[in-house]
Amino acid sequence: MSNQKIKRGLGGWLFLALVLITYGLLSLVNPAATSQSLVFFTHVMLQVLPVLGLVFLLLFIANLVLKPKWIRHYLGSGSGIKGWVAATLGGMLSLGPIYPWYVMLGELRLKGMRNALIAAFLYSRAIKLPLLPLMIHYFGIAYTLVLCLYLIGFSMISGIVVEKLTSKRIG
Amino acid sequence: MQTRNHLIDTFKKTMRTFINVLPIIIGMILATSLVVTMFSEQVSSGLFGNGEIIDTLLGASIGSIAAGHPLASYLLGGELLGGGVSLIAVTALVVTWVTVGIVQLPAEALMLGTRFALYRNIISFIAAIAIAFLTFYTLQFLGLS
Repeated sequence: MSNQKIKRGLGGWLFLALVLITYGLLSLVNPAATSQSLVFFTHVMLQVLPVLGLVFLLLFIANLVLKPKWIRHYLGSGSGIKGWVAATLGGMLSLGPIYPWYVMLGELRLKGMRNALIAAFLYSRAIKLPLLPLMIHYFGIAYTLVLCLYLIGFSMISGIVVEKLTSKRIG
Repeated sequence: MQTRNHLIDTFKKTMRTFINVLPIIIGMILATSLVVTMFSEQVSSGLFGNGEIIDTLLGASIGSIAAGHPLASYLLGGELLGGGVSLIAVTALVVTWVTVGIVQLPAEALMLGTRFALYRNIISFIAAIAIAFLTFYTLQFLGLS
């Protein structure tokens, strides 16, 4: 197991412990808010569970089928326009909360996915295809169309900028 | 036999990845629930009305801190628009709601690296403000706002 994975595992448990301590302290000060937060947590967890199942399945298939060579070809530095289209469309189609997708992107990066495409994927998640009818309902069709076009454009721009910044070495 | 072993090894590898990230996911949802409960819509609507630029920065900041279903940002945005808050500020809020995640930052940093997470969120914040202004002025230019 790589150092990065060990660090990620230990950091995760430490983080959960800190959050639980915060809840414990808050329950002493404001028990009503704590129980309200726990109700909200249960509601969100019920929404997240099916997505976690889907991501587990996708990860399993990715580990089974995808080879680093393939990832480098379609999402690596030489992927070109194919990579941008795949990342942007993938972000738009990715459902549910962000956390499971961090896992997926982290694994794909280990296999060779570009930072620019990870950033583009995360940015294009702002376009929620199933929620577009609701956005049109609240803000109108012209607003929704213009906003979505800018979001697609900026997902690529932010990807390029993030990659340039993260690839710079200090010193 | 070899295929079966490959399937079992892949399953174990996927399980290990999941067990590593499970505390992060549960911790983040617990933290998000706390923030959402403490941060009511009434608090946010009373904050606006300080001019276009400050309102836009405020909208982008609220969207960056808020963590919840994007549908909630449409509802809040719709209410704020109805309450007289500018479309630019509301757009900044709606865009940062999904693209910037202060609450999710520890999880993003743990899984994708601190440097990547920090830069991505800063760039996304700036981009959201640019998109808010561009969307508004494009609609105005086209005579659609």
